[in-house]
Amino acid sequence: MPKITIPTPLRQYSGKQPTVEVKAGTVGKALSGLVSTHPSLRRHLFLDDGKLRSFVNVYLNDEDIRYLQKEATAVHESDTISIVPSIAGGR
Amino acid sequence: MPITLQPKPGAGTPSALSNDEILRYSRHLIMPEVGMDGQQKLKAARVLCIGAGGLGSPLALYLGAAGVGTLGLVDFDVVDYTNLQRQIIHTTADVGRKKLDSAAEKLKAINPFLNIRTFETRLTSENALELFRDFDIIADGTDNFPTRYLVNDACVLTGKPNVYGSIFRFEGQASVFATEQGPCYRCLYPEPPPPGLVPSCAEGGVLGILPGLIGVIQATEVIKLILGLGDPLIGRLLLVDALGMKFRELKLRKNPDCPVCGTHRTITKLIDYNEFCGIRGEEKREEKVDAAIPEMQVEELKRRLDAGEDLFILDVREPHEYQICNLGGHLIPLNDLPKRVNELDSSREIVAHCKMGGRSAKAVQFLRQAGFTKVHNLAGGITAWADRVDRKVPKY
Repeated sequence: MPKITIPTPLRQYSGKQPTVEVKAGTVGKALSGLVSTHPSLRRHLFLDDGKLRSFVNVYLNDEDIRYLQKEATAVHESDTISIVPSIAGGR
Repeated sequence: MPITLQPKPGAGTPSALSNDEILRYSRHLIMPEVGMDGQQKLKAARVLCIGAGGLGSPLALYLGAAGVGTLGLVDFDVVDYTNLQRQIIHTTADVGRKKLDSAAEKLKAINPFLNIRTFETRLTSENALELFRDFDIIADGTDNFPTRYLVNDACVLTGKPNVYGSIFRFEGQASVFATEQGPCYRCLYPEPPPPGLVPSCAEGGVLGILPGLIGVIQATEVIKLILGLGDPLIGRLLLVDALGMKFRELKLRKNPDCPVCGTHRTITKLIDYNEFCGIRGEEKREEKVDAAIPEMQVEELKRRLDAGEDLFILDVREPHEYQICNLGGHLIPLNDLPKRVNELDSSREIVAHCKMGGRSAKAVQFLRQAGFTKVHNLAGGITAWADRVDRKVPKY
């Protein structure tokens, strides 16, 4: 099954799991599957109208989905979807 | 993809190395990839480190040791005990000193040939362009979104590479932004997250070695840019997971619609980054919330407990914080409060506390909405208690 990697800041909303496997044919469906299993993740990933938040980047393997077919990008069994939020720590 | 550094006005011919310097840099000089040419490039280079903290410590130490001729440091902070777990340029004896003084002293001790320039200021839209002008490469070791965007935009506007690193708990990111061909930070993240959604290191914690790992990666990229060696992290975002000890790499593209480096630029000068990141709005909102929340001072709590009054102390921190120190309160972490509110008796007077008073203010607000009328927020939290009532309670 395609795997979604959850970044550290969001793991508190995914039951502490670093990766979640979701059966889905597209990136969009995989992400909706993820937030239906872990509802508290939803507001961190999506706006009220269901659009992905602009500071949350989603990668299929090493490619930004903005430069593929966005949420409609097809996913295959061995693919990894990564959620990469901005972090700012440094001191 | 070698990048060319901007010619330095007045820098003239690369400075020759003295015999002492030749001995010092021997392990560089005998490597053909660096050699005398490379070492002279390092000596002629001028690198500005924004922040002399977690990332800035290893960055500045290694750049200084490597012989980067001019090192600029921007910081306005003072060393405190909580810094020492990771900010390795500062020592216990430096607590209370300016970070700039402490850092400059260590760097000079490591390498007396350095020209160290310190700027005791907060980086702002007013001073950034002026500060960046005298440097070739900017290394971003700040800790907040407004400064991240400010550093990025100022790098794009002045044409200086932005060697970027950021950290959270045990995860880090590094890249090289704002080179002519490559993407900038805004190409990756066009907008910052709303304030409060992403916790800072002060709130979320950070594994002490992590800024070491990421800061050294930044230092490596700086050195490579100066020497024109290897493949810099241009157009690549390196993700470091220290727990899994996994390094992954994502492709970054220059966004043609980027407002600062794209083809139709809408940002041509520095803006108000606090406003851009929504910081001011949030402060106002919080003040409003605070005004509506009944507070109790730690001295009053102490007096009333000593008088034997019936007060129920509610601790809304996390269990690992309770282990560090506690006031014997009933522990319900803030996030669990909605589902565990039935553990509380609304007929009793409740004093909620956390570390500093922020989370417990939210708890009090929640409880009042849930119909509790006798709830107070302990102003300043257990930290204020440790400061003003019982010095035996540890601060963290």
